[in-house]
Amino acid sequence: MSTLVIAEHDNTNLKPATLNTVAAANAIGGAIHILVAGNSCQSVADEAAAVDGVEKVILADDSAYENHLAESIANLIKSISTDYSHILAPATTFGKNVLPRLSALLDVQQISEITEVVSEDTFKRPIYAGSCIATVKSSDATKVITVRATAFDPVNASGGSASIESISADGVSDLSSFLNEEIAQSDRPELTAAGIVISGGRGMQSGDNFHLLETIADKLGAAVGASRAAVDAGFVPNDYQVGQTGKIVAPDLYIAVGISGAIQHLAGMKDSKVIVAINKDEDAPIFQVADYGLVADLFNALPELADQL
Amino acid sequence: MKIVVPIKRVVDYNVKVRPLGDQSDVDLNNVKMAMNPFCEIAIEEAVRLKEAGTATEVIAVTVGKSDSQEQLRTALALGADRAILIETNSLLEPLAIAKALTKVIEAESPQLVILGKQAIDGDNNQTGQMLAALLNYGQATFASKISIDGDSASVTREIDGGLQTIKVKLPAIITTDLRLNEPRYASLPNIMKAKKKELDVQPIDSMGIDTAPRMELLSVELPAARQEGIKVESVEELVGKLKNEAKVIS
Ligand SMILES: Cc1cc2nc3c(=O)[nH]c(=O)nc-3n(C[C@H](O)[C@H](O)[C@H](O)COP(=O)(O)OP(=O)(O)OC[C@H]3O[C@@H](n4cnc5c(N)ncnc54)[C@H](O)[C@@H]3O)c2cc1C
Repeated sequence: MSTLVIAEHDNTNLKPATLNTVAAANAIGGAIHILVAGNSCQSVADEAAAVDGVEKVILADDSAYENHLAESIANLIKSISTDYSHILAPATTFGKNVLPRLSALLDVQQISEITEVVSEDTFKRPIYAGSCIATVKSSDATKVITVRATAFDPVNASGGSASIESISADGVSDLSSFLNEEIAQSDRPELTAAGIVISGGRGMQSGDNFHLLETIADKLGAAVGASRAAVDAGFVPNDYQVGQTGKIVAPDLYIAVGISGAIQHLAGMKDSKVIVAINKDEDAPIFQVADYGLVADLFNALPELADQL
Repeated sequence: MKIVVPIKRVVDYNVKVRPLGDQSDVDLNNVKMAMNPFCEIAIEEAVRLKEAGTATEVIAVTVGKSDSQEQLRTALALGADRAILIETNSLLEPLAIAKALTKVIEAESPQLVILGKQAIDGDNNQTGQMLAALLNYGQATFASKISIDGDSASVTREIDGGLQTIKVKLPAIITTDLRLNEPRYASLPNIMKAKKKELDVQPIDSMGIDTAPRMELLSVELPAARQEGIKVESVEELVGKLKNEAKVIS
């Protein structure tokens, strides 16, 4: 039994979700290899080789992999797949894009977004926006799996000394090509990796008002998130969205401000350790999952909170 | 340009689904069903491309039980020209659904296939990508903007870090994200008209594909419940609790 973990990275650094995915691989058992496919990404391979518990890093360094397009990466993974019983990637937009394609190429039914490893072929995963947890057993020879990062504590980024083996590009596709990217730049921590998240909803009324949250975020070293309604209304960009169809977060502290608590939002944050809700409607469903609820107008509560921190 | 839009009948997004008493599956007795919201966005985009003169025909397809005809009629009322039901009484996995859709697409040879990025029942987020692999088409997932330029499409994708724009050769598979458009409601005259549109039913057994399940559902349970919380009276009390009780801020 051996597992291939597909590294997520930006050609310079390994993304933290890779460490949670290695943790899921640990729970399955067997040797763990990491595939780093990218362009001029030796530094990522070095980082991956240092990850605790990894036996080998496979490096495919080629301009074809610069933008991690699904067609070429899926073909590449397929070309080395026969060595593995399990192939894992984080359930990020990267993993969700690439792995189902690979899965079909291998004639395998993927197991999406697992939250627990029961045994080498049996896994738990949320369904219906996390309303229920399904336990599923796969009979496919190769298990292709995406991993919900927040459900697995990351392994140590150091302590390992894996060998690095280079392979050449295989099955490069020209079906799609990269045009451009607008990647949000922020000094705040990344939403899915932050210890504290403060999110705003429709109750914020405008994008300008998000500065009320940002002031608090900066005092707490927190990331800023949002509900779908706030993103749809254009208050903040799409990468802020927390929920069933956005990002899944599970920080030590999640503060929901002017968010009603629709099941689709709860799906993305209800595994946070401590939840605070600030809402002027005392019957808002968000209070049902909040450890501490404050019934108040956010436009009074937020400046006060900023003052007291 | 012909567009095929595969859609799915799912539990309405307002329903809170619970396990059956014996935890063998989810309880779908007497719950409201609807078209998957991401599929509504896919239909809307295809219909807009037709209204803009880019597309000539929009074909809605689903793989499911006979009652999925209801959602196909909705698609027709929203502007699809005709519909195809691949009928099966089994609950198929995404791979089997993608295989059935492959047959339809090979027969129809559309230039574009638009699907929802995920169905809100299984939350799998797989079918579009699998279909792209089986057809050897390019894929543009999680789309928030689509523009067709000749034999390719430029698609802006919602990714974790922000937005990415890629070009895919046609024919291609595109999956929709929430911000692609705001779907219309079907008007009463269009609902009436939809009843007369062509809806072709084909049994899945006639397709010669392997739809055997690869996964066994062992159980369905509720997630661990959270401990009940408290209401605080003031910001000061809140800060005190976070510092001294929860110890999550210092
Ligand atoms: C297919 C699908 C996918 C979805 N995916 C997601 C997802 O990933 N993430 C997500 O968040 N949603 C998602 N949704 C949307 C979800 O159903 C809700 O519509 C959304 O979460 C509501 O956002 P909200 O709580 O900000 O807005 P509302 O529900 O409008 O709530 C606003 C809240 O603000 C409070 N408020 C207003 N003014 C003030 C004030 N001055 N002071 C204090 N409180 C105030 C109100 O009392 C209210 O509770 C999805 C929906 C669908 C159909």
